[in-house]
Amino acid sequence: MMRGVSKRIGSIKFSTLSPDEVRKMSATKVITADTYDDDGFPIDMGLMDPHLGVIEPGLRCKTCGNKVDECPGHFGHIDLAMPVIHVGLVKEIKKLLQSTCKTCGHLLMTKEEAQRKAQEWADMDDLGGDAIDYRLLAKGTAKDASKNTICPYCGQEQGKITLDKPTTFREDGHKLTPKEVRERLERIPDEDLPPLGIDPNSCRPEWMVLTALAVPPVTVRPSITLESGDRSEDDLTHKLVDVLRINQRLRENRDAGAPQLIVEDLWELLQYHVTTYFDNQTSGIPPARHRSGRPLKTLVQRLKGKEGRFRSNLSGKRVNFSARTVISPDPSLSINEVGVPEEAARELTVPVHVTKSNLEFLRNMVKGGANPPRVDDRYVPGVNYVIRSDGRRMKVTDRNAESIAEGLEVGYIVERHLMDKDVVLFNRQPSLHRMSMMAHTVRVMPWKTFRFNLCVCPPYNADFDGDEMNLHVLQSDEARAEAMILMRVQEHILSPRFGGPVIGAIHDHITGTFLLTHMNPRFDKKETLSILSKVKHDELPAPVVVDGKEYWTGHQLFSLVLPEDFHITFKASICRNCAVCKKEDCDLDAYVKIRKGKLITGTIDEKAIGSFKGKILDKITRDYGADASREFLDNVTKLAIGAIMVHGFTTGIDDEDIPEEASIQIKEVLTDAVRRVSEFVQAYREGILEQLPGRSLDETLEVEVMKVLGRARDEAGQIAGRHLGMENSAVIMARSGARGSMLNLSQMAGCIGQQAVRGERLSRGYWNRTLPHFKKGDLGAEAKGFVQNSYKSGLTPTEFFFHSMGGREGLVDTAVRTSRSGYMQRRLISALEDLKLKQDGTVRNTADIIVQLRYGEDGVDPCRSVQGDAVDVDDILSEVLGEDAEALARIEEKKLSGYATIEKDLMETMEEEEAEEPEYDAGGGGGDD
Amino acid sequence: MVESDLNVLEHDLVPEHSLLSEQEAEKILADLKITRDQLPKIRRDDACIRLLERIEGPIHPGRIIQIRRKSDTAEEFIVYRLVISKELKG
Ligand SMILES: [Mg+2]
Ligand SMILES: [Zn+2]
Ligand SMILES: [Zn+2]
Ligand SMILES: [Zn+2]
Repeated sequence: MMRGVSKRIGSIKFSTLSPDEVRKMSATKVITADTYDDDGFPIDMGLMDPHLGVIEPGLRCKTCGNKVDECPGHFGHIDLAMPVIHVGLVKEIKKLLQSTCKTCGHLLMTKEEAQRKAQEWADMDDLGGDAIDYRLLAKGTAKDASKNTICPYCGQEQGKITLDKPTTFREDGHKLTPKEVRERLERIPDEDLPPLGIDPNSCRPEWMVLTALAVPPVTVRPSITLESGDRSEDDLTHKLVDVLRINQRLRENRDAGAPQLIVEDLWELLQYHVTTYFDNQTSGIPPARHRSGRPLKTLVQRLKGKEGRFRSNLSGKRVNFSARTVISPDPSLSINEVGVPEEAARELTVPVHVTKSNLEFLRNMVKGGANPPRVDDRYVPGVNYVIRSDGRRMKVTDRNAESIAEGLEVGYIVERHLMDKDVVLFNRQPSLHRMSMMAHTVRVMPWKTFRFNLCVCPPYNADFDGDEMNLHVLQSDEARAEAMILMRVQEHILSPRFGGPVIGAIHDHITGTFLLTHMNPRFDKKETLSILSKVKHDELPAPVVVDGKEYWTGHQLFSLVLPEDFHITFKASICRNCAVCKKEDCDLDAYVKIRKGKLITGTIDEKAIGSFKGKILDKITRDYGADASREFLDNVTKLAIGAIMVHGFTTGIDDEDIPEEASIQIKEVLTDAVRRVSEFVQAYREGILEQLPGRSLDETLEVEVMKVLGRARDEAGQIAGRHLGMENSAVIMARSGARGSMLNLSQMAGCIGQQAVRGERLSRGYWNRTLPHFKKGDLGAEAKGFVQNSYKSGLTPTEFFFHSMGGREGLVDTAVRTSRSGYMQRRLISALEDLKLKQDGTVRNTADIIVQLRYGEDGVDPCRSVQGDAVDVDDILSEVLGEDAEALARIEEKKLSGYATIEKDLMETMEEEEAEEPEYDAGGGGGDD
Repeated sequence: MVESDLNVLEHDLVPEHSLLSEQEAEKILADLKITRDQLPKIRRDDACIRLLERIEGPIHPGRIIQIRRKSDTAEEFIVYRLVISKELKG
C-alpha cells in the first residue's frame, strides 16, 4: 500500500499552449472529417484515430500500447487553414491591441513610465499581494498605455480598437482579420510583456490567435453504441467534425484562388465553429444545435454551472460509507443519537485494526459472517471484508467466514458492520450553517428510516413530510475524536448566530410541559408514574395528600428534571405583558420562578424550553455545560410526552367553533366596514374626501380603506377570540408557542381579511377591474380583494381567486429569495473558506496573511456569548444579589425589554417565512419535502 | 483628484490612524512574529493616508499604519496595516 505524499506540488502555473506545443503533444494530425469506414473501423487521421486512445475493451492503444483504463488517451491536432481568435481570450487580445503600437508593437509608454510600472511590480512582490492585486496592476498599465494615441517609439498615430462581440476586432471601424491581429501581437517585444501581466517565457500573445487546434483524446469524448448497433458520437466530436469540414473547404478554396468574398465567408464560418467548440453559449452568436434542436454541450458547458465539472464532480463528489433515507421522529432517542435501519447498518462499515486485545472479539464477529442471525431478536453486527496486512481485501461470505476467522491475525483490518455507539455524521441539505451537519451516535433499529429526537429538528430545519437525510460513517479514530468534540449535537445547543439555543423543544413537547405545569395541576399516583416512567430521576418527591389520597403536582414533576441548585426568573410566552405585573400572583400563571431547582410558580412553555427562545435551556447550557443540557432535553422530551399522553390532546376544526351570536356580530362588523369603505369611495368620487398630508387623493383613499378593513379584521378576530378560551387545544398551542398563532386562529374562526400583492390591494387582472364579476372602476372592498369569510366558513369563488393571488406572491418570493441567498452564500463561503484561526489567536488565510489580529476583533466565540456580549453582567449581578427582590425585578425588566425586541424581530421574520410556506404537501412524493 | 476640505480623520466613524516609526514597526513585527507582507494592506491613496501625509510628510509603501478602532465588545481594538503603492485602480 502506498502511504504518505510521494511528491509535493510546489506551485501550479496556468498558461496558453503555443501552436508548436499543440503539435508536439499531438499523437496524430487530424485531417479528415470522416470517423469510421464502412466496416466500422476508425479511419486513420480521423477524429476516432486509434492513436488518440482506446475506448473499446480488448483493443490496444496505437500510441502507448495500453488497454482501456490503462491508456490515459492522447491529444491530436488540427492545423487550421487560417488563424482564428480564441473566444476565451478576446478580452486579453483587446487589451494588448489597445496598449501597443500598430506598427512597431511597442507598449505605448515612455521608458520612464514603463520603469515606474516595473517598480510597482517589484514593490508588489516585496510587500505581498494576491492574484487580484496583480491583475489590477496589469489592467492599470494597459489602461494607461492605451491613453497614449501616438507611439513614443515610432511616432505612429494609433487607431481606436473596438471589439464587435464576440470575436471581431475593428480599428477605426475597419475590420481586422484574425491574421492581422496575430501579426500585430507577434510584433509585441518580449520585454514589453511583463508590465501587462504576461510572462514571455511561458506565453506569447500571438498564441491567443489559434493556428493549430488541439483535439482532445477519444477517452474524453467517447462514442456510445446504441442497442440498434448505431453509433452515437459525443457533442465534442460533432463539433470537431464541423470544424474539420469547414477547415477543409476553406483550404481548398484558398488554394484554388477562389474569390476573396467566398474565402472570407468560410473563414468566418470556421471562426464560428471554433468559437462554439469552446463555448456554445457565447453571447451574440446562435448556439450550434443537434438535428433534434438540442444545443450542443461543448467545452465551457462541460465545466460551467451546477451540473458542470467543478460544482458537480470536483467540489461535490459522491462518497463511500454514506447512506440516505427518509427521516422520522423518535422521542425515546437521546438528542445525540440517530436511529439507523439494520439494512443500512449492514452495508455501512467501520474499519477496526486487529490488536492483541480485540483479536478474540473480532474473530467471533468474523465467524458470524456478513449476515449473522439475530440473537434474542437483537441485531448482531457482522463483517463484510477483512483486509490482510499485505493490503489484500477478502470478502467475507457464509462459506469462508469460518476460515477467515481462523486466519485472523494482529495487524489485519476488519470492516465490521455499524453497531450501537458508532460515531456518524448526519446531514440535511441545504447545509447552510454548521448545525446542518452534526455528529450522532448510532442506534441500530428495525424498519427503514433514520430516526432522531425532535429537539434536533430546528437546526436541520427538518420535518417528517418526506424529508430525506444523509449519514456518513467516520473511518478513523482521529475523525471520530474530532467529531465527538467539535461536532456532537450537544455541543451545538447554543447557536453562534444569536448566542441562544437552536436545539430545543418544539410542538407537542411544549404543549406537554404546558399541560404539566399550567396552573399547577395535580396527578394521582398512577398518572405520576405513567408520566415519569421514561424520565431519569432519583425518587418521587413527597406527595401532597388531599382527602387521604396522594397527589403530585405538575411543578413537582417538572422540578425533577432541573439541576439541583437551578435558579431563574422570567415571564412565560403566555404572559400578556400586563401594565403592572402581579408577579407570583399572575392570573395567567405566566411568572416563572425557579429557586434551588424547584419550580415555584409559572408555566413552562416555549419561552422556557423552546428552540430559539428557551431561557431555562439557555441557562442550563451556559452554567452546567453541554452534558447537563443534553440530559435535561432528553428528560424534558420524555416528561412532555408522558404529560401530554396522560392528559390527552387533540385539535380539529371544531376548536374554531364559535357561537351563533358571535358569528352574527362578526358579520355585522364586516358589513359595517364594507359600508364605510363604500362611503369613502363615494366621498372620493364626489371629491369631498379629505386629502392626507403628503399623499395624493388616490393614496388617501387606499390608506383609509386599508385602515378600515384592517381594523375590521382585527375586531372580527377579537370577537372570535373571546369565545376561544384556554381550555381550547388550538388556543393552548398558539399561546404556549407550540404551533400556530392567534392570527391563524382568528383567520379560521373570524375573517381572513384583505389580500395584498406588493403591499397594495389587488388591482390587476382585467381592464380597470380585478375580475369580470365586478364593474369597471369598482373601488369597493369586495372588488379589490377583501375576504370576509373565514377559512372555516369557506370562501366565495371570487374570494378564493383573490386569496390565490395573495398566496402566489408568497410562493414567488420564497423561490426568488432562496436562489438569491444561495448565490450569496456561495460567494461568501468561497471568500471565507480558507480562513483559519491559528494558535496565536490570529485569523489567517492559506497564504499566511493576517486577516484579523484577533478572532472577531474581540476573541469571543459567538456561541458562548450572551446575545452577542462576552459576559452576562446582569446574570452575575442577579446571582450575587440573590433574593434582593427589588434589584432583581429591575434587572429582569431591563433584560426582558432588550431581549424581547431582538427575539421578537427574529421570531417575526421566522413566522412570516413559515406562513408563506405551503403546508398542504401531505408527504411522500419526490421533492415535496 | 480634487482634495476635499473635509478631514475624514475627524469624522466620528473613522478610526484613529497613526504612522508607526520604523523602530515601533520592527517591534510590532517581532511581537507578532510575522513579516511585513503578512499584514493587511492599506493603499497609499486611501483618504486617511493622504491626510496623514500632510502631517508626517510622504509615507512610502512599506510603512506601517496603526489603526485604533472602537469596538462594542472589545472596547478598543488595534490593527496594523501595511502601506502599499498608490496607483491601483479597481
Ligand atoms: Mg419537509
Ligand atoms: Zn494510449
Ligand atoms: Zn510604434
Ligand atoms: Zn403577568
